[in-house]
Amino acid sequence: MAPARPTATVLAMLLAAATAALLLAGLSAGSEGWSLAWSEAWTLVRDIRAPRSAGAWLAGALLGLAGAIAQGLFRNPLADPYLLGSAAGAGLGVVLVLAAGGAAGASIGLATASALLQAGLVGAAFAGALGGVALTLLLAGGAARPMSLLLCGVVVGVLLGAVSELVLLVSPDALRGKQVFLLGTTGFLGWDGVGVLAAVLALALPIALRVSRALDALVLGEASAASLGVPLAQVRLLLVSLMALATGAAVAQVGLIAFVGLVAPHLVRRCVTVAHGPLLALSALTGGVLLLAGDLAARSVIAPQELPVGVLTAVLGGLYLLLLLRRSRG
Amino acid sequence: MSTNAPAMVATGIGVTLGAATVLDDVSIELQPGRWTAIVGPNGAGKSTLLSVLAGLRRPDRGQVQVGGMHLATLPARERARQVAWLAQQGEADGDLAVRAIVGLGRLPHQGLFGSPDARDLRAVELALEATGSTAFAHRRLGELSGGERQRALLARVLAVQAPVVLLDEPTTHLDPPHQRAVLCCISGLVRQQAAVAAVLHDLTLALAADQLVVMARGRVQASGTPGDPAVHAAIEAVFEQAIVIRSIEADAGTDAGPRWVALPSR
Repeated sequence: MAPARPTATVLAMLLAAATAALLLAGLSAGSEGWSLAWSEAWTLVRDIRAPRSAGAWLAGALLGLAGAIAQGLFRNPLADPYLLGSAAGAGLGVVLVLAAGGAAGASIGLATASALLQAGLVGAAFAGALGGVALTLLLAGGAARPMSLLLCGVVVGVLLGAVSELVLLVSPDALRGKQVFLLGTTGFLGWDGVGVLAAVLALALPIALRVSRALDALVLGEASAASLGVPLAQVRLLLVSLMALATGAAVAQVGLIAFVGLVAPHLVRRCVTVAHGPLLALSALTGGVLLLAGDLAARSVIAPQELPVGVLTAVLGGLYLLLLLRRSRG
Repeated sequence: MSTNAPAMVATGIGVTLGAATVLDDVSIELQPGRWTAIVGPNGAGKSTLLSVLAGLRRPDRGQVQVGGMHLATLPARERARQVAWLAQQGEADGDLAVRAIVGLGRLPHQGLFGSPDARDLRAVELALEATGSTAFAHRRLGELSGGERQRALLARVLAVQAPVVLLDEPTTHLDPPHQRAVLCCISGLVRQQAAVAAVLHDLTLALAADQLVVMARGRVQASGTPGDPAVHAAIEAVFEQAIVIRSIEADAGTDAGPRWVALPSR
């Protein structure tokens, strides 16, 4: 029998409440413990905790959105925002900039966020992520055939990964920088980054919602969607572009955060039966809540030290997938 | 006999895949208010023909006209309003509710960016009712049994309210009550003056159609009414005499003609 499920509105309200509560917690959690007396540490709250919390939510929302698009587009519940070469592209972009910086003799301080920003790593990661997806599209001859798109994504991942390795062989110093930057951390987020993430979300979400019924039609299969007059080739190209933009922006600001994009749409589908329009919006909300919660945990678990949030989401997301697997077997 | 103009006319259709000729000079006419069963062994080109008629595959030779217009030159949405197509089973899957699935049948009318109006909602309810799917309209497609699933997908096709309806093996893997439900839906469509063509593997079901088209090796071997001896001979020939077609008398008290059954030959 079909289990009773809450409505999309109820879930949206719960997620909004969770966001508010987590934001409050995010502003209060510091390396010295929790404190609601913000006025005492106002600069800290304004310049570090607030942009970090807002940015974590936004990056998570972009990953949740990209994951929901990927899973609808490829009709595969295990599709992931990174599968079209954006991760490998971002990695190569970062490595190239670090290696170039090393070659120029400019020593890049990895410990501070400002040095990273100065080195243009954010821009390089963004350009690399988009470049990776563009290369995948080029090799696949457009977005018309999802299977060749997926295969070309794998090829581009291997290819760009190999080039990264080659560059690292020549300038091994870049390795640590790549690790720090791509491990997945919300520690470098500032208000500039928050602005970029917010702008990308404000652009991508409404457009994705607008074409979400094409994803509904794809549930019937490629040919049936085409028989309903859906211009599949154009819609696919648009959605792949949105996915690349959302993923690229998130990777550039917070590195490779594993599993948020994969798990967020799963959680939504477990809770509610909805068409892709609400699914995209709710996946974005869920992604935001997940990464914000992850960030909070990463800051608090071993305070005053910090875990990279990417490691945390990888562990938690992996466990969740294992749980799903066990349940589907049972 | 119907004096109406045919809803769909395909002439001289040819499709070549690599070195293989999948369809060769196939011509077929679909009349409003009649249903045509397309039968033949595996690899006869039945599904390919149906996808050509649906405008999903461009034929290498020949042309298809729907309502007097060239199918190839129609914009995709207009084509989708004229011709509804049900894929073979197995492809559709996912977490969408049945009502949303059926609502997709209104996409050709609304466009991708439109939202449903009162007519669309009514068409969805009618399609759900006609297929007996109302009771499980809130459930997810992935949670349904095979029969319920097929009824939901058929409702999606009905919701288009297209003058031409093409069904690719709508009864395969269904038990007799569900097969009969599909046939009832087809009869309903025919009463509403739709032209229906269905690829069927079950020959006894096919022999209940208004017209049969017998295909083998990419060509039409015979076409005619279920009682036509030439059609019977062609069916028996394309299935290598593995079946025979026999008539059974109509039930007493009805004025229906004889019914035909396909039996395995001894």
